[in-house]
This record gives sequence, structure tokens and C-alpha cells, in this order.
Amino acid sequence: MKSFTRYIPVLYVTFLMIPIYWLLNMSFKTTNEILSGFTLYPHNFTLASYATILTDPSWYSGYINSIEYVAINTIISVGVALPAAYAFSRYRFLGDKHLFFWLLSNRMAPPAVFALPVFQLYSQIGLFDTPWAVALSHTLFNIPLAVWILEGFMSGVPKELDETAYVDGYSFPRFFFRIFIPTIAAGIGVACFFCFMFSWVELLLAKTLTSVAAKPIAAVMTKTASASGYQLGLLAAAGSLTLIPGAVVIYFVRNYIAKGFALGRV
Amino acid sequence: MSAKIQNNKAWWLVAPVFLMVAFNALVPLMTVVNYSVQETFGDNVFTWAGVHWFQEVLHSERFHSALLRQLLFSGIVLAIEIPLGLGVALTMPRKGPWVSVCLVLMSLPLLIPWNVVGSMWNIMALPDIGLLAKVINGLGIDYNYTRQPVAAWFTIVLMDVWHWTSLVALLCYAGLVSIPDAYYQAAKVDGAKTWAVFRYIQLPKLKHVLTIAVLLRFMDSFMIYTEVSVLTGGGPGNATTFLSIDLVKIALGQFDLGPAAAMSLIYFMIILFLSWLFYTLMMKNEDA
Repeated sequence: MKSFTRYIPVLYVTFLMIPIYWLLNMSFKTTNEILSGFTLYPHNFTLASYATILTDPSWYSGYINSIEYVAINTIISVGVALPAAYAFSRYRFLGDKHLFFWLLSNRMAPPAVFALPVFQLYSQIGLFDTPWAVALSHTLFNIPLAVWILEGFMSGVPKELDETAYVDGYSFPRFFFRIFIPTIAAGIGVACFFCFMFSWVELLLAKTLTSVAAKPIAAVMTKTASASGYQLGLLAAAGSLTLIPGAVVIYFVRNYIAKGFALGRV
Repeated sequence: MSAKIQNNKAWWLVAPVFLMVAFNALVPLMTVVNYSVQETFGDNVFTWAGVHWFQEVLHSERFHSALLRQLLFSGIVLAIEIPLGLGVALTMPRKGPWVSVCLVLMSLPLLIPWNVVGSMWNIMALPDIGLLAKVINGLGIDYNYTRQPVAAWFTIVLMDVWHWTSLVALLCYAGLVSIPDAYYQAAKVDGAKTWAVFRYIQLPKLKHVLTIAVLLRFMDSFMIYTEVSVLTGGGPGNATTFLSIDLVKIALGQFDLGPAAAMSLIYFMIILFLSWLFYTLMMKNEDA
């Protein structure tokens, strides 16, 4: 019994890796090999699909667009969430509890519900087809999340820290930027991770709010299904490349992942 | 909590968040409400329709079946992912170099764009050249997810389990790590069996994270759109047309704004209500 349970995580991780392997496997095959039948590994190893993506602007600009709006979104979300989370963790004020739950309830709104009105809203104010539209619309679910995570981390910092700083003559902004933010650096890292994650993986709003200029990579990928037949190799290569930013971000926050989840409080 | 100072000036710190979320949530929500009570014949001419659209949606067969499929999907997914995630978290190593490896590999599916997840499983399940299809066919079972509803459901559920079980596992793992060692030592002194340790120490301590896991998974599986839309597009027939897919078809495909808006509101209300229900029930158990 004991020896069997040890293999559960191994089996589970293997299960997780199989589709990823299959995607990579496809991306290194030639179109001929893909269409000619089932092979467990690429027999004619080729980087042609990757070469196409990295040299064709209509492909690689998708990555730039995606990274652009994800970065803008993460900066805005965490930036405005920091003071708010501080307020929630340190003060009681009129309607604080209601506000907190209203914020969280936006996490429950299905993007499908908001797709059309958000499209109209951003067309009206002239931001349609810019990274700003996608970045701003993603704050709908990322700001509440960032406030939630940061509030958890800030509540773990004793109030005495604030009081001592004020006694020492620190002004609020100086205390906040010089002392408080470095203290909760780990929390900010975790919040950035989650904002990055949810903005990076979302497609429905990103696709609705862009047409040509700011098209995210995820939306560019849908063209492989229609344009010139079903180019599985290209699709797989584009998919494989979308794994990289995620993997890089995970690597940086690997020591905080468990902690970040632990602080999720309802 | 009681040490917090009453200070209404804190609103200045919250104001940016409030304004931004209000801009993104309230304006679109009001637009939806606006559409839901009006009739339009194009050219931006709107007439008052009252609760007509709500009645139409609530009585339509199409809405009922999409809702049923959605509930069934969320039910199946929760029934698999919660126990599986808990099991993985319980058996994961607590110390040593493998912890990081496990955590990183397990988080990977969470960071893949949702349409890529759909494409991955599409490639896996393709007849003749997909690994999944090959293996299942190799077992002598006829499998084609583009034609058989059962196969389509199986593929979608498997995809969701692959995609999201890690979230449950990571939440539970975080909860388990935060249990102080003293609890385990006390259990050892008392000679408690593995099962007793789980039942009387780990499970009660995990109640909180499990609540979050169930809520998050319920909400997200109830809102699932992109993955399914890429993988099956709601087919074969309407077999996997969930609420969100139907909604997008009506709103962005047919531009039937009134019914789509009414459906959106009903959809949102159902999520809010069920989430609230789950939360209250689980918290009640905790008190008891």
C-alpha cells in the first residue's frame, strides 16, 4: 500500500506530460509525416514550422501583442491593487466588506456574458484593436484577484511595522515605497504571477477586442484551421511556443507557488 | 481583525480599484440589462420589450438543455478533480528536490492559453494520427470524438481533468504544508493509523482550501468556453453545446441582442446563486 501511493504523483505528472510531449512531437514533424500516419516520435526531425513562425510577421507579432497586453495588465492590476489591499488589511471604512465581496463577485462573471458589451464599450472610447483595450478589460478579473492575494500577504505583516515607521517620522508614501513594498515583495511576485497567468490564458475577450493590429497569438493560431488547409505542424509549433512564457514565469516564482495558494482566503 | 482602525479616508486608497472595476463591470452590465428589456430591428431603433426576453429564454428548450449539459459537465468534473487533486496532494513529497520539480511540472497546464489546451487535445484525439485515439482504438473501442457524443464528452472531461486538477492539488498541497508538525507528532504518539490522521487532522484543516477549490472549479467549469469551442465547437450536433457556447452563438453569431442579454443575466444569476449556496453549505458544515 505504502509503496503504491508513492507512485500516484509520478503517474499524475506523467499523465500531464503526455499531451505536452505530443504537441512538441507534432511541432517537429514535417507536414508529410503528420499526414502519412501515426508515428510516436519525429522520424524526419525539422524546425521548419518554428522557422515559419519566427520569420513571418503575422505570426510573431501575435506573441509581441500578447506579451504587451499581459505586461500592461499585470502592471496596472498590481499597481492599483497595492494601495487598495493596504486599505483592506489595515483599516475599516464605510462599506469595506461589501466592496470586497463585490470585487470578488466579478471573478464569477462569465467572459461570454461580457464579450459583446465590452466590445461596444471599447469601440466607443476608441481603444478597440489596441493592447490597452485587452489589458484594461482583463483588469475586470485580475484586479480583484490581486487585491485578494495582496491583502492576504499584507495581513501577515504586523501592524507594529507601520506604527514604528510613523513614529520614526516616515510619511505614508515614503513608508509605503521604502519599507512596506520591500517587505511584501514575495506577495507582489505571487500576485504578478497570477495576473500574468489569467491574462495570458484568456482568449475570448482578447479576441473580441482586437481585429488586426493588436491580435493576440492565441487568435492568430485560429487561422491555421482555415487559411491554407489544416497545418498541424504550424499549429503545434505555435502552441509549443506559448508554453515558454508560462514556464519562465513559473521558474521564477517556484518557491512561492505553494505559499501563494495557501493565502487564498474567501 | 479587531485591531483595524476606523478610517474612511482609506477610500482614497481603494478608489482607483473601485473606479476601474466599476468601469469594466458596471458599464457592460448596464448595457446587458438595457438590451435585455428592449426589442431592436436594427438601425439602433429600440423599443421596450419588458420581461419578454426573459420569459422566452426561460421557456426555451434550447436553454434548458444547454443548462442541463452545463450542470452535468460541472458535476462530473468536480467529482473527478476534487478527489484526484486531494489524492495527489496527499501523496506528494513534502521535502527534498522533488517538491520543486513536482510543483513546476504540475503548474504547467495552468499556464497554457486555453485555446492551445483545446488544440493540444484536438491533436491528441485526432483519428488515425492522435495518440489518444490510437490507444483507445487499439483497445478495440470505436472512438471518434467528432461523431460520437459519448466520445466527445469523454475527451472534454479528460481535457478538463488534465487542465485543472493541478489547481486543486496545489491548493490542497498548500493547505497540507501549513499544518504544524506537532499535530502529526501527537497522532504518532497516539498510534493513529494513516486513515485516522487523514480523517481527524488533515481533512478538517483542509476544509477551507477545499471550499476555495470547489468554488473556483465550479465557477470556472460553469463558464468554460474556449477549450470546448476549439475542441468540439459544441458538437457533434449539440452534444457539447454548453451555456457559454450557446450564448456566444446567439450574441456574436446571430446578433440577437435581446435574448442573448436576457440569457446572460440569467446565466450570471445562476452562477452567483450556486456559488453562494456552495459557500454557505460548506461553511455551515465547518461550524457544526
